[in-house]
Amino acid sequence: MADLTTTFLGITSPNPFWLASAPPTDKEYNVRRAFEAGWGGVVWKTLGSEGPPVVNVNGPRYGAIWGADRRLLGLNNIELITDRDLHRNLEEITRVKKDYPDRAVIVSIMVPCEEEAWKAILPLVEATGADGIELNFGCPHGMAERGMGSAVGQVPEYIQMVTEWCKTYYSKPVIVKLTPNITDVRYPARAAFRGNADAVSLINTINSITSVNLDAMSPEPMIDGKGTHGGYCGPAVKPIAMNMVAEIARDPETTGKPISAIGGVTTWRDAAEFMALGAGNVQVCTAAMTYGFKVVQEMISGLSQWMDEKGYTSTQDFIGMAVPNVTDWQYLNLNYVTKAKIDQEACIKCGRCYAACEDTSHQAIEMSADRVFTVKDEDCVACNLCVNVCPIEGCISMEELALGALDERTGETVKPYANWTTHPNNPDAVTAAE
Amino acid sequence: MSNNPTTPGIQSARLSGAVLETNFADLHAPLDTHEAHVAADRCYFCHDAPCQVACPTAIDIPLFIRQIMTGTPEAAAKTIFDQNILGGMCARVCPTEELCEEACVREAAEGRPVEIGRLQRYATDRLMARNSHPFTRAEPTGRRVAVVGAGPAGLACAHRLAMKGHEVVVYDHRAKAGGLNEFGIAAYKSTDDFAAREVSWLLGIGGITIETGKGFGAGLALEALQAEFDAVFLGIGLAGVNALRAPGEGKAGVEDAVSFIAELRQAEDLSALPVGRNVVVIGGGMTAIDAAVQSKLLGAESVTIAYRRGAERMGASQFEQDLAASRGVRILTNVMPKAVHGNGAVAEIELEYTAEIDGRLQGTGETFRLPADQVFKAIGQTLEGAPGALELQGGKIRVDAAQRTSVAGVWAGGDCASGGEDLTVTAVAEGRDAAEDIHATLMAAG
Ligand SMILES: Cc1cc2nc3c(=O)[nH]c(=O)nc-3n(C[C@H](O)[C@H](O)[C@H](O)COP(=O)(O)OP(=O)(O)OC[C@H]3O[C@@H](n4cnc5c(N)ncnc54)[C@H](O)[C@@H]3O)c2cc1C
Ligand SMILES: Cc1cc2nc3c(=O)[nH]c(=O)nc-3n(C[C@H](O)[C@H](O)[C@H](O)COP(=O)(O)O)c2cc1C
Ligand code: SF4
Repeated sequence: MADLTTTFLGITSPNPFWLASAPPTDKEYNVRRAFEAGWGGVVWKTLGSEGPPVVNVNGPRYGAIWGADRRLLGLNNIELITDRDLHRNLEEITRVKKDYPDRAVIVSIMVPCEEEAWKAILPLVEATGADGIELNFGCPHGMAERGMGSAVGQVPEYIQMVTEWCKTYYSKPVIVKLTPNITDVRYPARAAFRGNADAVSLINTINSITSVNLDAMSPEPMIDGKGTHGGYCGPAVKPIAMNMVAEIARDPETTGKPISAIGGVTTWRDAAEFMALGAGNVQVCTAAMTYGFKVVQEMISGLSQWMDEKGYTSTQDFIGMAVPNVTDWQYLNLNYVTKAKIDQEACIKCGRCYAACEDTSHQAIEMSADRVFTVKDEDCVACNLCVNVCPIEGCISMEELALGALDERTGETVKPYANWTTHPNNPDAVTAAE
Repeated sequence: MSNNPTTPGIQSARLSGAVLETNFADLHAPLDTHEAHVAADRCYFCHDAPCQVACPTAIDIPLFIRQIMTGTPEAAAKTIFDQNILGGMCARVCPTEELCEEACVREAAEGRPVEIGRLQRYATDRLMARNSHPFTRAEPTGRRVAVVGAGPAGLACAHRLAMKGHEVVVYDHRAKAGGLNEFGIAAYKSTDDFAAREVSWLLGIGGITIETGKGFGAGLALEALQAEFDAVFLGIGLAGVNALRAPGEGKAGVEDAVSFIAELRQAEDLSALPVGRNVVVIGGGMTAIDAAVQSKLLGAESVTIAYRRGAERMGASQFEQDLAASRGVRILTNVMPKAVHGNGAVAEIELEYTAEIDGRLQGTGETFRLPADQVFKAIGQTLEGAPGALELQGGKIRVDAAQRTSVAGVWAGGDCASGGEDLTVTAVAEGRDAAEDIHATLMAAG
């Protein structure tokens, strides 16, 4: 079994699976049980300033999206940061870290955007012996209205300023947690690293309304007939989170900087994908909230089996391996030609490919009277829609045309690599095509 | 309880009331909402769906399943009833394994089709529970149509005609409407008096009068109906039964399977219904299976089906055969009745092995005897009581593609008419199609 030990910012944990700052990490009781279950680290539920803690709503705080068999696909919440006393949290953190020296314990913090507030809390956190801090600049509801959370995370200058304060008043690693509720994630990421952040983590939750109660005419979750936008997380957000991680990983200004990936990690494969896109480790919230702490056992066994199969002996071996292959559209090879091919043995004759291609694509699939479906190479543009709608995995595949082969659709032969930057139809083409 | 399965002779109350109740409960428990959503999610929403092609009434199955999936089972039911007003009964009795579910692409892919029948039941149950009728009648046309036979064919025809604004009188010589839905279908397929409830729900359309106790040979003549009505539809089913043509057939205890089933279906109290200790059913169709299974469920100790050809030739589907086997019914194939023995009442049946020689079924000469207190004949029903003016074809009333008989102004459909399989759903399709043609004909006449 491959060794999953992962060192992130100098903090070593037995595996790259950390619990994200959220209800699973809200108290000592949970965190001890999480460590016993095998989690490599935790980011403690976000702490606020000294004084009376925040309050949460007393009605439902979650909304959800499900598949037909009630599989939870997306979760949304209107919970705030910890509603427990600061000193109680700090005492618990101290005890837990002392008992689990081999696990990562990171303290998430969100205090007002004033230097004094940070100056006051950071020494208290330092005294717990925790391995580092995470700045919660991401929470999209409640705290943002008070000038914290995503209200800070949406202004790069604030991010840089607060990060600098933390690097001044705290000696250990500082992770800046980014909000996805912005237009281009590279700006807040650059600001964090300009402020000397050791890493960024992302994504926090996405502004969302999961459903509307059509009887009460109110968004869900409904509190006394009204609802508010909440933060979306879980499997549904993973594609969005992966793109944001990749954008930071390949941005010349931030490439190679440590990233802790968050957002929809539910299986070992999700973790492997995020790490291939440049994340040094992953954080998990919804999967644990859905299935309990035990899910980490599948993540551990799955990742090590895959690493064994691939011959990787350390997570370092594959971290960032996919980053060079994330490129801009303009650099994609326009001379790469494929055609859909239907495996008649595997085909169950549902006709979904036909409906999709005939009604909404390129009329490239033929249907015979006895329901045999075949691709017309002269019309197929290789869009992949038929592959995506086919219920049988592997039934329709994309076959690559070899260099020099005839593309029956264009009547031309397949030529070597060329992209849009040199394409004759591109008014800004750098050099004309040969 | 004094009797038990081994009590000799033909006896009632072989099982306790509680056991009878479980034995005759719903064959397929209804799906709850969550189960229905999971089952519906398996539908691929096929293009030009094979299931729909396989359904004799051509219900838009992908559409109704999608309507279930999106939380509108009542809309799904409307989609079903648009094509098949007895969609509730069909959901319970259709041999789906030979119709829609056999055609399901998931049957081809994984041997496990989408559960179309149970989903259809889920949808139709929900709409019917609202106790309101989903269709309204067109403006009255002033035309009157007589329907003879209140089985699935007659009822489907009457409903469609009423919807089009015609006045319909349905005659049936039995005391209750419903045809074999009421008197024939196995009890565990139509529980809680569903057949009768469905008829009264169907009549909610209005414009249909049912006159029971009247029929051909019971006060009605075709000529008189033709004179009184603008059109006539015949859905009289198959009222006769084939004979065994074996010596001893007349002995006490040798009965028609359909009569036994009819009696069972009408019984207020199943424990009052007598059944033999050793029952032998002759035949290989749905009727044979139903008579055998229900005898077993009533408490017969041994029940044997004797079919003269191989299992693959049986009219009963594989599902039905498996059902019988799972209830403890023994199925003997390639045997035919040779003689019925007994002193006044049947005590034994003598069977002879058969073989197909040069395409002809023949006895091999080798015989054996089985103990039998009761022998049920389920070797096919025959047309009986059809007006003499009508031309026949293969023992049934000859009809064309529009269900027209050889006599102008007279249509026929269901089991009594040529073409199509003898199934509830086919009867519905034919009744409905006849109504469409009657409507078109009457309206064209101006
Ligand atoms: C035991 C048994 C089990 C079956 N199980 C199934 C099953 O599980 N699934 C399935 O799809 N099919 C099944 N069938 C077949 C199905 O019941 C028939 O195909 C269907 O009922 C035919 O409908 P119909 O309207 O043509 O005839 P019927 O249902 O037979 O209705 C005919 C009606 O006409 C009336 N009638 C007859 N003669 C006259 C007359 N002279 N004057 C006035 N009225 C008359 C009768 O009283 C009856 O009400 C079964 C049949 C039997 C016998
Ligand atoms: C109920 C709930 C409360 C959360 N509270 C916090 C928080 O206090 N601080 C924080 O940084 N993130 C918080 N998050 C965001 C998660 O840490 C995480 O970024 C997000 O859920 C995406 O990961 P996931 O898809 O694995 O759930 C919360 C999420 C949930 C569901
Ligand atoms: S790849 Fe696109 S264009 Fe080609 S056959 Fe499939 S759906 Fe049609």
